[in-house]
Amino acid sequence: MHTFIFGIYPYIALAVLVIGSIARYDRDPFTWKTSSSQLLRRRQLVVGSILFHIGVLTIFFGHVVGLLTPIPLLEALHVGHQFKQILAIVVGGLGAISALVGGFMLLHRRWVDPRIRKTSSTMDIAILGLLLFQLVLGTLSIFVSLQHIDGSEMIKFMLWAQGIFTLDPNAASYTEGTSWIFELHIFTGLTIFLLFPFTRLVHIASGLFAPLRYLFSRSGYQIVRSRRRRPLEERRRAFDEVQAKPGPSGTTPAE
Amino acid sequence: MRVRAQIGKVLNLDKCIGCHTCSVTCKNVWTSRDGVEYAWFNNVETKPGTGYPTDWENQKRWRGGWARSASGKLHPRQGSKWRILANIFANPAMPEIDDYYEPFDFDYDHLKSAPEMNAFPTARPRSKITGERMEKIEKGPNWEEILGGEFSKRSADYNFDKVQKDIYGEYENTFMMYLPRLCEHCLNPTCSASCPSGAIYKREEDGIVLIDQEKCRGWRMCISGCPYKKVYYNWDTGKSEKCTFCYPRIESGQPTVCSETCVGRIRYLGVILYDADKIEAAASAERETDLYGAQLDVFLDPNDPEVIAAARRDGVPEDWIEAAKVSPVWKMAMDWKVAFPLHPEYRTLPMVWYIPPLSPIQNAAQAGQIAMSDQMPDVRSLRIPVKYLANMLTAGDEEPIVHALERMSAMRLYMRALSVDGVRDEAIAARVGMSGRMIEDMYKIMAIADYEDRFAIPTAHREQNEAGADIRSGCGFTDGNGCSSGETGKTTLFGGKKKSFSLPTEVF
Repeated sequence: MHTFIFGIYPYIALAVLVIGSIARYDRDPFTWKTSSSQLLRRRQLVVGSILFHIGVLTIFFGHVVGLLTPIPLLEALHVGHQFKQILAIVVGGLGAISALVGGFMLLHRRWVDPRIRKTSSTMDIAILGLLLFQLVLGTLSIFVSLQHIDGSEMIKFMLWAQGIFTLDPNAASYTEGTSWIFELHIFTGLTIFLLFPFTRLVHIASGLFAPLRYLFSRSGYQIVRSRRRRPLEERRRAFDEVQAKPGPSGTTPAE
Repeated sequence: MRVRAQIGKVLNLDKCIGCHTCSVTCKNVWTSRDGVEYAWFNNVETKPGTGYPTDWENQKRWRGGWARSASGKLHPRQGSKWRILANIFANPAMPEIDDYYEPFDFDYDHLKSAPEMNAFPTARPRSKITGERMEKIEKGPNWEEILGGEFSKRSADYNFDKVQKDIYGEYENTFMMYLPRLCEHCLNPTCSASCPSGAIYKREEDGIVLIDQEKCRGWRMCISGCPYKKVYYNWDTGKSEKCTFCYPRIESGQPTVCSETCVGRIRYLGVILYDADKIEAAASAERETDLYGAQLDVFLDPNDPEVIAAARRDGVPEDWIEAAKVSPVWKMAMDWKVAFPLHPEYRTLPMVWYIPPLSPIQNAAQAGQIAMSDQMPDVRSLRIPVKYLANMLTAGDEEPIVHALERMSAMRLYMRALSVDGVRDEAIAARVGMSGRMIEDMYKIMAIADYEDRFAIPTAHREQNEAGADIRSGCGFTDGNGCSSGETGKTTLFGGKKKSFSLPTEVF
């Protein structure tokens, strides 16, 4: 069972996450959206959503950097494991408070407000519930971590996470003997990955990439689309060439 | 010079009778679906009033349109790109559905299914969002119809800026006009500028601004970006939607549904050639009152040989150039200067223009001694204050409005002389800087308004950019998800709503 959850399940979850997302983006782009409910009820959303998103993003990036930074690199940078563990507890703890407060505001709003409740899908409520469950687990794990302030447990999970990405066949064995809270936390996390393509969570991917395009690859503000096959300069050149030829001149530049 | 063409539009408010046929036909065609019951791509407001959504013209509150920085650069009033992204989790300037109205329907079925009762059965309202009973309807799409509601509320109208408005609350001095509104298909749209996904675009060939439904992610920035509040969030699909200028009709040379069905014949459609290189400078004009003139400078004269040559070189089709020469929009905006953009101060360079309405002389009791200047009533003494119209159409500059109203009033005088006395009084025309011939042309287009004179719409040239063989067996026009049916058995895998598609079958 341990080998399945830590050795095989991660690959299932990641495969479904990647392939499922590509399939949805390609096949059903119309369903790829944030599903915002701000129009229907503003109350509780403004504070709730901001707290929740900032908290979750802090935690998400904390996990990515914390778990996937190679240990030799940390050593080269002289980042001690104890220091890293304390940093994780403090920053992660703040993020967790923010996300939990915001998340429960959003869940309360979704559950109690008739407008939002009626327009929510089962999956909308389920995924928010699952995220909150995961946040609670993560917060509880802080109390376990406090008993391993030297960062020894954390190293196990770093080895495991990096082992998954480097296809280490022994990855699952690194986490043996850790607290059940961590194990349930990781299982739930992988389940969220698994469900990702089938929920509104897909907007996270857009949320990470759309701003980059908006800021850096869109030079001005406006977008003009043309059905014409050739860019303006090329059309002008072709037109000038036709005009320069002697004889009966064409009037319209054929596309 | 970079020549582009756009199908522009003019609405003659002088003739709008407020019948709402445009709104209803538009609704039936485009927004009679789940999630957009509250959305009216075209609506008609009674002015003075706060409109739909309430107070939409107050950009201090809604932060739509553009702001000009001290350095002369433009950025959306709701913030530059960084500010917009910072508000992505919750948009502070976005209206709630209650700012429009909560959509409702009535329990019509109860009228015929009710059991025998002492009281006559009634059809009570029910929310279209929750399906629950609504005890009181607080608002509708046209809540201030024919000056409904107290003046104290309606007078929050933004166009009363710098107008001594108190007297207009008195019965004797009250005034009224209609304002039909739709997407302006701006040259410098803030909705598209605000979209982090880049889903909103302007079409090069005909200037129509559209939202790519497959690219829209529901970040909602367009809704607050648009100062006219003409982008609507569909709460069912989670995408933004807006007036499409009926592009499938326009492409085949037909007028938009609202224009086609306009009972008062107030809507005009025609080609305007414009210089895309001048847009930025025009939109960033320093003074707000310069914006109307700056936009006139962006338009290109289709009779100028240089413009024609440049248009050909830039690939504007020959029939579009010909259509631009007979465009009623060009005549009203440029030749006669009677049409104006709606709120040019938003710096969006809107392309749906309005002819201001004439109104009765202000004080009927003094009708014998009204302010006349050379037989013509002084347009400044009309019931609708010129300043009010100027705030709406020229960022507060009264001169162009007075000029237009004088020309319209001269047209009446000239035509009265012609049809009653049989006299072509060139003096009347000359007084407003026109010739009799011009006035007669103006009369034909603005007063008679035959179908052929109202609409000069060249068809799109798909044949130039689409190969028939490539689109053979394509999926045609779909609403939303392109060719994908999302079909994955009984439920939909990715959460979209299943739409049943059935062809009508013969039942007998």
